[in-house]
Formats: sequence, structure tokens, C-alpha cells
Amino acid sequence: MFGTFDSPDQRNLLDRTGQGIIGKGLDRPEAGLKVTGRATYAAEYRPENCADGVLVTATVAQGKILQIESEKIEALPGVLGIFTDKLMLRRPAQGTAGRAPAQDPRQIEYHGQPLALVVAETFEQAMHAAKALCITYERHHDVPYDPETAPSEPAEKPIILGDLDEAMANAAHKVDATYETAGHASAAMEPHASIASWQGDDLTIWGSFQMISHNVKELADALRIAPKRVRILSPYVGGGFGSKLGISHDAVAAALAAKALGRPVRVVLTRQQVFTTIMRRSETRQRLRLAADGDGRLTGLGHEAWVSNLPQESFAEPVTQATQFLYGGENRKLCVNIARISRLTAGSVRAPGEAVGMQALEAAMDELAERAGLDPIELRKRNLPSSEPGKDRPYSSRMLAEALDQGAAAFGWHERQPKPCMTREGEWWIGLGVASAARVNMLMPAAARVRLEPDGSLLVQSDQTDIGTGSYAILGQIAGEMLGVPIERVRVELGDSELPSGAGSGGSFGASSTGSAVFRACEAIRDRLAHRLGARSDRLDLRNGIASSGERSAPVAELLRGYALEEIGRIKPGKTQIDYAQASYGAFFCEVAVNAFTAETRIRRLLGVFGFGRVLNQKTARSQCLGGMVWGIGSALSEELSFDLRDGRLMNHDLEQYHLPVHADIPDLDVILLEERDTAASPLQAKGVGELGICGTAGAIANAVYNACGVRAYSFPITPDRLIDRLPEPLT
Amino acid sequence: MRPFEYRRATKPSDISAADRIIAGGTNILDLMKLEVEVPAQIIDINPLGMTEISEIDGGLRIGAMVRNTDCAADARVRRDYPLLARAILAGASPQLRNRATTGGNLCQRTRCSYFMQPEARCNKRDPGTGCDALHGVNRSHAIFGASENCIATYPGDMAVALLALGASVEILGRTGTRSVPIGDFHRLPEHQPAKDNLLEPGELISSVTLPPAMGGAQIYRKVRDRSSFAFALVSVAAAITIADGRIRHAALAFGSVAHKPWQDPAVETALVGQEPSLKLFAQAADLLVGKAKAQSGNAFKIPLLRRALIAVLSEATNTEA
Ligand SMILES: Cc1cc2nc3c(=O)[nH]c(=O)nc-3n(C[C@H](O)[C@H](O)[C@H](O)COP(=O)(O)OP(=O)(O)OC[C@H]3O[C@@H](n4cnc5c(N)ncnc54)[C@H](O)[C@@H]3O)c2cc1C
Repeated sequence: MFGTFDSPDQRNLLDRTGQGIIGKGLDRPEAGLKVTGRATYAAEYRPENCADGVLVTATVAQGKILQIESEKIEALPGVLGIFTDKLMLRRPAQGTAGRAPAQDPRQIEYHGQPLALVVAETFEQAMHAAKALCITYERHHDVPYDPETAPSEPAEKPIILGDLDEAMANAAHKVDATYETAGHASAAMEPHASIASWQGDDLTIWGSFQMISHNVKELADALRIAPKRVRILSPYVGGGFGSKLGISHDAVAAALAAKALGRPVRVVLTRQQVFTTIMRRSETRQRLRLAADGDGRLTGLGHEAWVSNLPQESFAEPVTQATQFLYGGENRKLCVNIARISRLTAGSVRAPGEAVGMQALEAAMDELAERAGLDPIELRKRNLPSSEPGKDRPYSSRMLAEALDQGAAAFGWHERQPKPCMTREGEWWIGLGVASAARVNMLMPAAARVRLEPDGSLLVQSDQTDIGTGSYAILGQIAGEMLGVPIERVRVELGDSELPSGAGSGGSFGASSTGSAVFRACEAIRDRLAHRLGARSDRLDLRNGIASSGERSAPVAELLRGYALEEIGRIKPGKTQIDYAQASYGAFFCEVAVNAFTAETRIRRLLGVFGFGRVLNQKTARSQCLGGMVWGIGSALSEELSFDLRDGRLMNHDLEQYHLPVHADIPDLDVILLEERDTAASPLQAKGVGELGICGTAGAIANAVYNACGVRAYSFPITPDRLIDRLPEPLT
Repeated sequence: MRPFEYRRATKPSDISAADRIIAGGTNILDLMKLEVEVPAQIIDINPLGMTEISEIDGGLRIGAMVRNTDCAADARVRRDYPLLARAILAGASPQLRNRATTGGNLCQRTRCSYFMQPEARCNKRDPGTGCDALHGVNRSHAIFGASENCIATYPGDMAVALLALGASVEILGRTGTRSVPIGDFHRLPEHQPAKDNLLEPGELISSVTLPPAMGGAQIYRKVRDRSSFAFALVSVAAAITIADGRIRHAALAFGSVAHKPWQDPAVETALVGQEPSLKLFAQAADLLVGKAKAQSGNAFKIPLLRRALIAVLSEATNTEA
């Protein structure tokens, strides 16, 4: 079975199984370990005789190393070696690269680039020696630092349909606005860390990774060894948010040093190094042009974006990704331009594309609604196309209108004042805002093994990672539901490269892709059980260890006759991915307060309503949505990578200075999950949810800010300095 | 972090001029890890006591080792100096405040990112190297009293409240004790930005004293980028008393706008004896910010401080817009 998913699976099998655990808000099986500190994370393994390595990074932005003064450092207490191997990574690998990043080890291309690894008996000795290592440089300034002034070129072929300029010229209502969003850091709680240990030519890495099967290939390529020599163990991952999709310098440096020293080596990035050497989301500038007729129907839609990356990096923040399919407008111009600058690598960070693209698009839609004299919800509903513009393929499923309507009712949208500056409570302007949510849906190749043990218990195995998202929980639920096994008797093993390759955690595709592989393995086991029972598998009922079909019934353990049944299930994207426009949808409703004096913006209420196919676990899905909405609050109000334009150096490289939202920034968030079956998305009828909660949130917040105080935000995050000059005089 | 010698003090005279003091460690340890601070000798003053809050001459003496949490929770502080409690609680996080001490808080160093990155040029960290902040990212920097050598701010909250409350700092040195008004304790950068305050090597803050309670409305307003766990963009500490419909006493101090907690007696003078009104407040605020000078990236602080002061004065006097 090749497993391509070529036509919608309309059986909705998981609605006909009887165990009753799919969709339930069950606790994560590993939750207890995590909250009591007993789940072992990458840096916490203690192989015998393990040495510690600390990376040394460049203190100039561009140039060459002239000299590394190693001798003095080698003589320091505990120091075992200084490594500058040319195979060591200078940049992290992009997500799904499957090979080591292209790099020139002789060149320094950005401020903070890793240059060397100092290894010592203890972490403290290594840290001291790393800081004391003196490197002299030849400095260049060939590549610019400021994306605003650097030349740019289209990242890929622009999408041009009809004549946007003409549509704008003839529009009854139009918006032409330019938005800026700041760069973001993934800022996962667990820093990037690896412990490398060699057994002969075989390498074991305990690391923190999102996509193990790709990471194995990347590591093997970086180290010039065969992939089968690399084993990765990554059972628990303390968040990734894109930053652990590809391998990073810690793993390669640890492996090289461990080989040379003949003992295990641990490399943990400092918090500052995570910020300065891993991945940033590019800052963006986005010009939105919306042209509408007298009824507010879009006739033209322009979304042009400018982003940046290092030279040679293929990744360009796909800002217009959702704009392609979300709204109508026959005359279009969508493009992303990229500037080559000297700053740390730009890559996938929390919903690349939509997170910032939807932010600007939804803010522009709000402005259009105002100009057209329409309620912003009505404007959006009027502009939902019946098929994807330019491609004319149907939507697999889309609950956007339902999300807007249900959200409006739950939130009390009718209380919104149509004009800004109408509600003041003491020092605070109060306002409401709405935005759509949309994020593309992807199915990725995945495999998983399911083993029904002779005693009727279940083992599910895949190299799929759980980066704090709930993979352990939902994969167990799918298998237990399909095979009628109570959840207490289901065991899930993940994050080991020796297990069948799951999809990995990224792009919101882990649950539906690896879940589909589990589903298919279970289907094969169901077929075999049905055969043994003498029944048709589509009539087979499995629950609580009993197989039945019509009159026939037998305990599953009896059908197993003392032997386990084991199957590997596989799925690959197929024709459904081409035949249908697939995305998850939703809506955000937000109430903000803007201080009339100090321009501080605080969220009062935020509601997200989401439809993403089948909900596999109410609790983990809801948590994903909540987390995404918190990201959205950060993107709207406080998160901003700040660079020195003279050398591209990141100035706020820790969690004190890089302002993620804190508890006090988060009000009582609310989430409504809409039940939906998307038969074209996956055999589970499930779509992605992980990133949906961020895709548009900041737009709703910006729109609420406008409704509160009458100031449109064109630059994000909306910190006080960006509002204060335009706020109405507080004293009148 | 560089290797260093660690000793525990048993009496104040154990401290030598070559020692750096560690109290709660929440600031100095971070800076040592970054190698912004590279002391060869550390002396731990935790064994020295100084953890009492006691009543003196109608006021209070707060020992240098009183933790921020304990100071903010003290019933006398909350009753008579609510401004102080509020300012402390506006800072850092509960975990940090549990460790942070009164003395250490006063001596906390600037958060200028160039100061905190050893490879950047910084006259405060490495005198004579220059100031990268001057033409760099200086959104959080000074608008009062800066020099071409240093535009960093004193970032703390507690000291701003102490300044408005008229506190003094008691300093213990080899030659005895001296008491300096808190307004004189921190200094402007001038030609010597490396020196944050008046402490000489080997000297120790033993306590902070507060004059008798002044009553009235006490407000600490901290404007920041997120609701908690962020340093102030600007802050205003105010203690205002009203008698017979007029402002009888006004004590104001401003944070994160200069190398020291900032005060402007002319602003207070303009308020005292006047009937509270928005017009009066706007005049006072204009007087204050009229002397401000923005850096390349922080012009917003001027209107922000102006509006924050107006808001605070309105709140303190119940004056409605
Ligand atoms: C993430 C973070 C956020 C923060 N946010 C805020 C905030 O919002 N507002 C705010 O005001 N502060 C904030 N702080 C700073 C915090 O208040 C200080 O770190 C703390 O008050 C320092 O006290 P400590 O006792 O730990 O000092 P230490 O770190 O022990 O010492 C700091 C300095 O004071 C000197 N020192 C200590 N005690 C004495 C003494 N008795 N006599 C002479 N010298 C002494 C030390 O030598 C050292 O130079 C924050 C800190 C962190 C890490």
C-alpha cells in the first residue's frame, strides 16, 4: 500500500466506532511526568563521562576569522578541546530541508554566527573558556543590514490576475494601506540542546527536534555519514514553534566533538544564543490594496510583501499564503519580495505566512468595511468565494461564515459601536474588533506502527514528536477508538528515529498526518480481526476488547490466539491536496482597552471560534487554540526583535527584553470549537489546528484598537510609542 | 562567567575596597554570567542581618537586606507609604522580589542593551570605549540629564517612590556612617558614567530611612510595553495633599527618564498653592517636559511622560477630564 490519499474518505469511520474516546478531552498521558519534572528533556540525560561544550559566536557581522588564539584557552582548567571543524553549522537548517544548510565555513555572514565549540569537563569551565577565547577578524560590510533600504527581488513568481490598477481606479470603495510587522522569535521554553554519543561509527543524539526523519538526514549530511548511522531520541520537546524543524549547530558541534574526544558531549545553547543564532521570523512590510463595488464586493485584491533573509536562504516568509484563497476579487496582485541582508537566518516561526499576512489583510478589511458602510462581519461574508480564485477548485470545507456568526452571538458583537471613540471608561477607551482566521491545511507523508498485544492492549509507535502539543494523547485516542481498546490500555511511544517515520511537528500537520497513518494501521488490523471473526470489516464493532458483528461476538484476546497483530500504516498526500483548496478557518472577537493618556493597550476579552475538521481531543485542541491566541496577542502588542541597523546585531536577546505576553496580558480567553468533517483533508476528516489561533488574532486586536480610540495601527506591535502621537487629546 | 573568590561577611568591616557585594544576586549574577561584571572577589552580605523594618523619629528605617516582597507587605509601609509598596510591586516578578533586597534594588544597574552586551562599546562598562547607544537602539534611554558619554537610564521603580517620599540612604564605610538624601545618591553620567551612585569601594548601604508619613494621595504609575514583568518606559511617583481645595504639598519623581530617578522642584512649586485643574496639570507637565531632550529613537517618551503626569495628577486630586 503506497498510501496516497487520492479521494475523499466519506466513510467517516471514526463516527461509527464504539469506544467513544475520539474527540474526548482526555488528559495527556505524559502530563503527570511533565508537571512533576520527571519527563527527561534533551539536556537532562546523563550518559557516563559526558563533557560539556559551549559555542563561541561571532562578535562582528561580516568578515573572516584571522586568528583564534587557542593556546591560552586550551591551558585553562578542565578544557578538553576547541573545535572549529569546517563541518560545524553556521546556520540552522530550514524545516523539511533534509540536508545540511549550505554554508561557507570561512565566512562570517551575520552577527552572532557560531564559530567554534569549547569543550570542558564541566559546563562552568567550558563557559568560562568560551568567553575567554580571543578571535581576531577581518571585517567586511558587503551585505546591507537594513531591509528597508536593501534592494529586493521577487521570492517567486507573483500571482497576477486581471488588472488591479484599473480595479482600484474604478472602485466604489477602496483601501490602499501599508503595514509593517516586526520580526519575531519562536521563543520556545526549552533551549536547543543536544547530547552526542558514539558507539563506534554509530551516533546517538538526545536532542530537541520537531521533525525527526528529516533531522536524521540533515545530521547525516552535515557529518558526512550514512543516515542509518544516526539515531535521534527526542521523546519530549519543550516547544519548537518552528525553531526546531531543522537541525541546529548544537547537534553537529556535539557530534563532532564527541567523535574527536571519544566521549559523550553535551551542547546547550544559552538563551541569548537561541535568540541570536537560530531563526527569526522576518519583519514584513505589506501593501494591501482592496477595491470593492458599491455593495462591498471585492473586485480587486492586492497584497505585496517585502521580507528579508540571509543571502542564499530559500525561505521567504509566505505572507500572502491565505490571501490567495480567502476572499474574492478577480483582479489580483499577490507577491512576496525578498531583501538579502546580514541578520540571523529567517525561517519558519509560528504559522509562517498567515500569522503576519492575515494580521494586515484583516486590518485592511476592517478599513474597507468602514468605507463601504458595512458591518465587518457582513463584508467578510459577502466576499467568500464559491471556489478558489484563480484556481477554480472547490473548498474541501469552510466554516468561516459559521464561525463569524456563532462568534458574534457568543461575544455580543451587536453591542459594538459602529464608530470609534464612543466608549470611555475612566482613562480607557474601549473597543471591539473582529477578524477571520485562516491557515492552509497540509497532509504530509507519515507512517506509524500499531501493535495489538496478545492481551488486547495496544502499542502505537512513530518517530512523530510531541512538542507540547498532545501527540501522545491523540494518537492513543485514534488507535483506541479504532480498535476498541480503553485508553488506559493504550501505550504510545514517540520521538525515536528507529520507529516508523511520522510527519513530525510543523505546519499544523502532525496530528492529521501521523494520526492518519495510525488510522490506516488500525484499519489493517481491523480487517484481520474481522476475517478471524468471519465478518465483514465494515460491519465490525470493536469496543472494550470485544469484537462483534451481528450475531457473532468474541473477545479480541481470543481472536489473537496468543499472538500480537502488528501493522504499519502509511499515508501520503495525493490528489485531494490538488483537487481541493484546503484550510482551517475561524474568527476572532476582541475587546480592548486603550489608555487615553499613556496609549497602553490591554486585552479585555478575546474569543476564537474555529472549524478545523474533526476535533480529535477537545482539551488538546482547545489548548492549541489558546496558545495560538496568546501568540497573536504578542504579535499585536509586544513582540518585536530589535536590531541595530549598523551591524544587524539583535539587541533584545532574552526573555526580559523580548516581550512575550505574560500572564497579566492574557485575560479570560475563550474558545469555541465547531464540529466539522473534512473528508478531503484526511481519513480522519481532521485538519490542522496548531497554528490557527494566531492567524488573524492581531488583526482583530488592531481593529478593536481602532474602534476604541480611532487610531489605525499600521505598524506592529502596537506599543505606546506607535500610538501616542495620534491618540485624541485626553483632556477634551 | 569568570572564576571568582567568594566570601561571606561576618561583620561590615570584612568588606574591603576590592570586594563586590552580593545581596539577593538577581542583578549581579546575571551580569557576571554575561561577563558585563567581572569581579575577582565577591562578598556575600546575607549573614549581616539588616533585615529589620523599625520605627524611628516618626519615620521608618528599612534594613538594606529587607527583601522587596517583605518591604511591600509590611503593614506600616502599606499604611503610611503606600507609594513605596506600589512601586515595589510594579517591578520584576514575585520570584525576583522574594530575592531582591532594598540595598541591591537601589544599586541595580541600567538595562541599556549595549551595556549588557560585552562586545558593544559602552563607557559605563568599559570607560573610554564610546557609547554605541547614542546612535543605536535607544528607545528606552534618557530624556533628561544625559551626556554624550552615556544616555542610559536608571531603570528601577522602588527608588523613584523613595525619592518622592523624601527618603535617605544610610551608608556604612570604614570611617563610619553617613546619610545622603536619595536624590543625591544616584548621579548623572557626566564624564564618569561608570559610576552609578555615590558609593565608594568597600562601602555598604545599611538601610534606607523614611521621614514621617506625609499622607495624602500616593500614586505610582508605571507605563510599560506589557502589563507586568517589564521595565518602565516612563514612570511617575506622586504624593499629593490637598487642603481647602488647594494643593498643599506635591512630591513628584520620575523613573526611566534619566541616569537617576528624576525630580524637578519647579514642577512641584508650580502646583503648590494652586487649585487642581486640568489646565494647571497641563502647565506643570509642559514645564517638566520642556527641559527634555530626546535621543534618536525615543522622542515618544516626551509626550508619554507629559500625559502620564497629567493622568497621575488628575487621579491624585480626583479631577475629571
Ligand atoms: C528579569 C528581571 C526583571 C526585572 N524587572 C524589574 C522592574 O520592573 N523594576 C525594578 O525596579 N527592578 C526590576 N528588576 C531588577 C531587580 O529589582 C533587581 O535585580 C534587584 O532589586 C536587585 O537586588 P538584589 O538584592 O538581588 O541585588 P544584587 O544582584 O545582589 O546586587 C545588585 C548590586 O547592588 C550591590 N549591592 C547589593 N546590596 C548592597 C548593599 N547593601 N550595599 C551596597 N551595594 C549593594 C551589588 O554589589 C550589585 O552591584 C528586574 C530584574 C530582572 C532579572
